[in-house]
Amino acid sequence: MKHNVELRNHSIELHKFRIRLALSAGFVLTLFLILYARFYYLQVTQQEHYHTLAEANRISISPLVPNRGLIYDRNGRILAQNYSAYTLEIVPSKFPDLESTLDELATIIEITPTDRQRFKKLMKESKRFKSLPIRSRLTDVEIASFAANRYRFPGIEIKARVLRQYPEKEIVSHMIGYISRINDKDLEQLELNGELNNYRGSHHIGKIGIEQSYEKQLHGVTGFEEVETDAMGRSVRVLSRTPPTPGNNLILSLDLELQEVAEKAFGDYRGALVALDPNNGEVLAFISKPGYDNNLFIGGIDQESWNLLNNSIDRPLNNRALRGVYPPGSTFKPFMALAALELGKRTPEYNMSDPGYFALPGVERRYRDWKVGGHGRVNLHKSLVVSCDTYYYSLANDLGIDNIHNFISQFGLGRKTGIDMEGEVSGLLPSSAWKMRQYNQKWYAGDTISVAIGQGYNLTTPLQLAFATMIIANNGKAYLPRLVKQIQNSQTGDVEDIPAKLLYSLNLKPKHLEIVKSALVDVTRPGGTAARVGANAAYTFAGKTGTSQVISIKQGERYNEKSINERHRDHAMFIAYAPAEDPKIALAVLVENSGTGGSTAAPIARQVFDYFLLGKLPEATVAQFTGPVEEHIHEHL
Amino acid sequence: MIEFKKIWYYLTRYIDSFLLVGILALMSVGLIVLYSATGANMGRVGNQMINMLVALVIMWLVANIPLQQIMRLALPMYILGFALLIGVALFGEINNGARRWLNIGVTRIQPSELMKIAIPLMMAWYFDKHEITLRLRDYIGATLLLMLPVLLILRQPDLGTALLITASGFYVLFLAGLSWRIIAGLVIAAAGSLPILWSIMHDYQRRRIMTLFDPSQDPLGAGYHTIQSSIAIGSGGIVGKGWQNGTQTQLDFLPEQSTDFIFAVFSEEFGLIGNTILLLLYLIVIGRCMVITANASTQFTRLIAGSITLTFFTYIFVNMGMVSGILPVVGVPLPLISYGGTSMVTMLLGFGILMSIQTHPKLVKT
Repeated sequence: MKHNVELRNHSIELHKFRIRLALSAGFVLTLFLILYARFYYLQVTQQEHYHTLAEANRISISPLVPNRGLIYDRNGRILAQNYSAYTLEIVPSKFPDLESTLDELATIIEITPTDRQRFKKLMKESKRFKSLPIRSRLTDVEIASFAANRYRFPGIEIKARVLRQYPEKEIVSHMIGYISRINDKDLEQLELNGELNNYRGSHHIGKIGIEQSYEKQLHGVTGFEEVETDAMGRSVRVLSRTPPTPGNNLILSLDLELQEVAEKAFGDYRGALVALDPNNGEVLAFISKPGYDNNLFIGGIDQESWNLLNNSIDRPLNNRALRGVYPPGSTFKPFMALAALELGKRTPEYNMSDPGYFALPGVERRYRDWKVGGHGRVNLHKSLVVSCDTYYYSLANDLGIDNIHNFISQFGLGRKTGIDMEGEVSGLLPSSAWKMRQYNQKWYAGDTISVAIGQGYNLTTPLQLAFATMIIANNGKAYLPRLVKQIQNSQTGDVEDIPAKLLYSLNLKPKHLEIVKSALVDVTRPGGTAARVGANAAYTFAGKTGTSQVISIKQGERYNEKSINERHRDHAMFIAYAPAEDPKIALAVLVENSGTGGSTAAPIARQVFDYFLLGKLPEATVAQFTGPVEEHIHEHL
Repeated sequence: MIEFKKIWYYLTRYIDSFLLVGILALMSVGLIVLYSATGANMGRVGNQMINMLVALVIMWLVANIPLQQIMRLALPMYILGFALLIGVALFGEINNGARRWLNIGVTRIQPSELMKIAIPLMMAWYFDKHEITLRLRDYIGATLLLMLPVLLILRQPDLGTALLITASGFYVLFLAGLSWRIIAGLVIAAAGSLPILWSIMHDYQRRRIMTLFDPSQDPLGAGYHTIQSSIAIGSGGIVGKGWQNGTQTQLDFLPEQSTDFIFAVFSEEFGLIGNTILLLLYLIVIGRCMVITANASTQFTRLIAGSITLTFFTYIFVNMGMVSGILPVVGVPLPLISYGGTSMVTMLLGFGILMSIQTHPKLVKT
């Protein structure tokens, strides 16, 4: 009986157990279904999302920096080139005690104090996690000795870089400009222009000169490499590659040899020269002296060199040709003469007696001619040849300032020429409206008198003067001045010409032009203010001298070159073109603090013309010339 | 020929071939995935093969032991394990903030591993002994047998192991017929004790739970594992990226890819289709174990077989759950697939017991 009960108990127990086991099986199946649902969710519903995440994990895009385009002169001489070099680079954020790291590094590789200064300046201008060069152009020996000690300097790396070089340095520095490291401001600008992507991986950008204004052409298109990276960020293999498109090469209209001749002709003087081809506006020479070694800026300039350049009294960083503003002095007179003829205020035959001064009716004050006692009877031709001031005083008074302004601004004075370089300034060609705007003052008749001889409020750049001279030389055609003549595709070698751009044509009477132009030829002949310079020229040479005053001299005082501080001496100006009957070159020369135009500025023009038209190299570097000295009265303004 | 037949007979006499085939199939999958997960490292794969061989030998040995003898081992094993746990608490080596290992001179051991099998054995033995007079106090006694070592393991701290052992003990209680009312009460009590549990948890344990709900909270820290494994599984899609082509795996974004997170490797490379096959393989093995359990003849064998089966399942669920991001990250390997000798041996020891139950003459208790 008892046995039976136990047996029954046992089967009940077994039954109960099997129910529980079945429930367990249900539990197992349910949880497996939950797992399966989760897999389905991840792998089917959300597959795309996770696929994207996995791709983002593994693929990193690394930019391939294009080689920057080269810059040549019109004859194929190189002005900006690239070279490969090894640089030693540091990420500053990885080194809390950078100074001692550099000390240690200096035991292996030479690091000069200049390198350190330059690096410090770079650090200030860059983000902390950026890799910055402490040394460039490592020698093979230096590379080897660093490689052997590399384990001591984690975070310092040798990198192969393509670097820029300017072989002509000072001679073309103001024209070529330079590239330098991209700073925060550049980045902002790039972002604004939507070009940031094209600069991923780029370290440099054109900062000034042609390097800046043709940045788009020169930079090229950045390529990309899709690299598979592991969790540590190391690249494993390249998945795809879009090669970079190198920047285009630029062929300038500049003639480097002409530039060298012109640069030498300045000797130790400071100044500027712009020579244009009157037939198309091409810039043949573009000088601002002193220049500077633009190579210094590429890797970031050190503080000491920067101070030296920036604080120099000679202001070598100032692009005088483009941005220097000077009163045009007597080089203003040919344009005044044209105005007189065109506006009918003077006939060629009209002549006046020059007593050596001019006075406005009813005013006691005398405006004196540069020549004591005057030039006697003076007509328009003579007024240009001898640079008679009195003639223009009286003419200006008859024309009135607004006629002068409206007529002469057609020659581009007081306006930007639109040359293919950034930073041009407009200078000033005054008008009564301008004076009202600027000073809220009425224009006085006396103001016009100083303007007549290119002084007073007049301010022009050497480039503007060259532009204006070109318009006279080619009988009224205003061609856009251009530095770049052709653009070469660096991959195919195809050269694309940039066509000359005629901005506008002045409708000047040929007769009037002829009168003025013949006077300008006579300026360089015996009796003219630049007679010595034109002597024995194998071509007809037209020009006009000028003197641009630096300081004003009180009424009644005389200007004495010898007694005045060298820096306060007048600037010499000269505008010229040749050959006069069919001009091939037109230029403006400015020589700072050198006195009168005929003595220092004109000989430079002669050397440039001799070389350009005859292929003749000058015998002496600096012309020693003493011709008739043009003087003028410095008006108290 | 006769000799060979004889050897074969002795070799296979107590082996359940159905279960063995399932186990070997899963092990093969494991080796294939491991080869990919280690970046074609034959050395690691060779080691794992040795682990498997050792575990298979142990399984064979255990399968050959009649259950009565295994039953006799239950109490000594439990006492030894318990003593070692106390030893760990007193003299254990501290590693990563946890005291889990005990240096016993010749080698270092982790007594909690031993308890994974010793506790269910002990509880099954206990219930078997009190089979006729099963009352509430017997359940309480069994619960104490479970909770005392679990508390020691929790203190180490080793939350994963503690939870798994608790689960395996609970399965014994459940299968032994613990009343539903008590089960309901336990669930309520467990829910009620959650805040207390939270307060005694270690920071890293809390972080793991927090990051379960929002892995992006700490993407490079505690959430990193879950995020990367979810990406691996999800990006695998339906057909997978192909063997040795999982980018998450091959590029080392996936952490612990040959051990606890090996399932993510499998999932990434073989996709939902692979997952389906793997789950089915596991289901077949679990099903066979359930059949063995159902056919077991004594209280002890039924309970131990059921507990081993459900614990095996729990490992699978917890591992896959954490890798796919529905459970917190606890250090639980994927049975038969994750790299490592200890868990392999523990698993196959269990299967040895199941085989012994199935293949030895069934004794009906009278």
